[in-house]
Amino acid sequence: MSAPNCLDIDKLSAVLPNGQRVLRSVSLSVQPGEVRALVGESGAGKTMIGKAVLGVLPSSVRVVEGDIVLEGQDLGRLEPKARRTLVGARTALIPQDPLTALNPSRRIGPQMTDRLVRILGWSGQRADQRTRQLLDEVQIRDPDRVLKSYPHELSGGMRQRVLIAAAFAAEPRLIVADEPTTALDVTVQKQILRLIAQLQREHGTAILFVTHDLGVVAKISQKVSVLYAGKVVEEAETETLFAAPQHPYTRALMAATPRYTDPFASLKPVDDTVLAGLKQEIATADQAWRRPHG
Amino acid sequence: MAEPLFSVRGLKVALPDMTRKPLVGRAPLVEILKGLDFDLPKGSVTGIVGESGSGKSTLGRALVRLLEPSAGTVTFDGRDITHLTEAGLRPLRRNLQMIFQDPMSSLNPRHTIFHIIAAPLKQNGLGDNLRDRVAEALDRVGLPQGFASRYRHELSGGQRQRVGIARALALSPQFVLADEIVSGLDVSTQAQILTLLEKLAEEMGLTVAFISHDLSVIRRLCRQVIVMRQGAIVEASATEALFDNPRDAYTRDLLAAIPLPEIDPGWLDTPSAPRAPA
Repeated sequence: MSAPNCLDIDKLSAVLPNGQRVLRSVSLSVQPGEVRALVGESGAGKTMIGKAVLGVLPSSVRVVEGDIVLEGQDLGRLEPKARRTLVGARTALIPQDPLTALNPSRRIGPQMTDRLVRILGWSGQRADQRTRQLLDEVQIRDPDRVLKSYPHELSGGMRQRVLIAAAFAAEPRLIVADEPTTALDVTVQKQILRLIAQLQREHGTAILFVTHDLGVVAKISQKVSVLYAGKVVEEAETETLFAAPQHPYTRALMAATPRYTDPFASLKPVDDTVLAGLKQEIATADQAWRRPHG
Repeated sequence: MAEPLFSVRGLKVALPDMTRKPLVGRAPLVEILKGLDFDLPKGSVTGIVGESGSGKSTLGRALVRLLEPSAGTVTFDGRDITHLTEAGLRPLRRNLQMIFQDPMSSLNPRHTIFHIIAAPLKQNGLGDNLRDRVAEALDRVGLPQGFASRYRHELSGGQRQRVGIARALALSPQFVLADEIVSGLDVSTQAQILTLLEKLAEEMGLTVAFISHDLSVIRRLCRQVIVMRQGAIVEASATEALFDNPRDAYTRDLLAAIPLPEIDPGWLDTPSAPRAPA
């Protein structure tokens, strides 16, 4: 391979204090400029993977095995400070809920420029220019008003635009987008997905796109990993996954996902035998994993 | 069309706008529902769909009279309930039941599931044979009898929603308001809850107002649909007619914005139609 992948995760396992595995030997890679979706239901560990990459796992979760390699640099081998600097410069997050991600008592402007000034050491003027340029790219036509606003003065869609602009401002190589449209109305969701896709193409940014919605996966991603209980049960090119899903769980998830065009062939409850098979698969994997790990 | 259970004419609801409340004095009223006319036919499920701020939840609350309309009339089973007092509503309450979006906040954390399902039975004079009645209610929603002694935090999201349904249906009501009851659930659980509600509505001949932002779910469950936007009805028709031939541009927009789980390379290239300002 010529250029290194943007992100390589190799056999990543994480445990809770009681020893229960929450990530089960997760491996995946993201090439430069590619969108990889992580899809699964609650408890699938999809958000956890994003947090592991960004180095913001909750303190109760401990990574016990595996590597995270960002643009050729093995994050596990870096000193904490060097790791934070690298991750801070090369990655960004688009969170689900812009209201909790923004400080309610500060205006939007300083919240957007602070990161550029403090973490990347830009001058205030450069940060301001860059912020305005990105607000323009996310189609905010009155940047002066938005920069002076407090978060509660903007609509949900506007707040999400602000966070997308902030994420792209520092030209990260990788963005973790964690359910960025889940809280939005469908028409706003479509606008936001279009914006993310457009900026992603123009800036050549790779995205790890966390979602529970196979509809969103189909529209935004080129590759996809399907997760259940912290385990990748299937991974494929998105087109291949929808043409010929291999794992029974993937097929069950597709049959459960609502399709208004075909209401009676969709919204099918996941079969108990599929879930039993999954639990068996996980138990077997855990057993095999524990043997060398005592 | 069957005889209506609800008949609504010129319904307006105005609520205080707390964002514009002066420091001293009353908040100005803002009109949430701007004069709605519709019927809910007996024994069928009607979908009410719209985006946030469309007034769909306010409409639901006006139907079960958690809110008092500021104008118009709400007729339930031949009776004008528009301005009934709480005392006047009490005998009707058992027939006006509701299931909410988030059972985590609508089920009392300190009561057992038995207590939660039994409370409305007792209040409505059905306190005899409580054990049997609760057992029957649990059975109806596919929960094992052992759940009666559990608390809400010991249940999964789907199980909690089953308890919400069991409580609402324990009184065999004529009408059930279901407000976004599957939006917080995973798709696999969502499908189970919808299948359950579909089956029970059919078996018990329930009249249901099913409020949702999800048109796929509406199409599956509902016989007719009311599409709302900014406090008004933009379109109301039989489900198949609405999906086969949506007459209103806004309905078409809503449908086009739904990302279907299938590959469609052109989808991201077509913008959502710009919406007129509120």
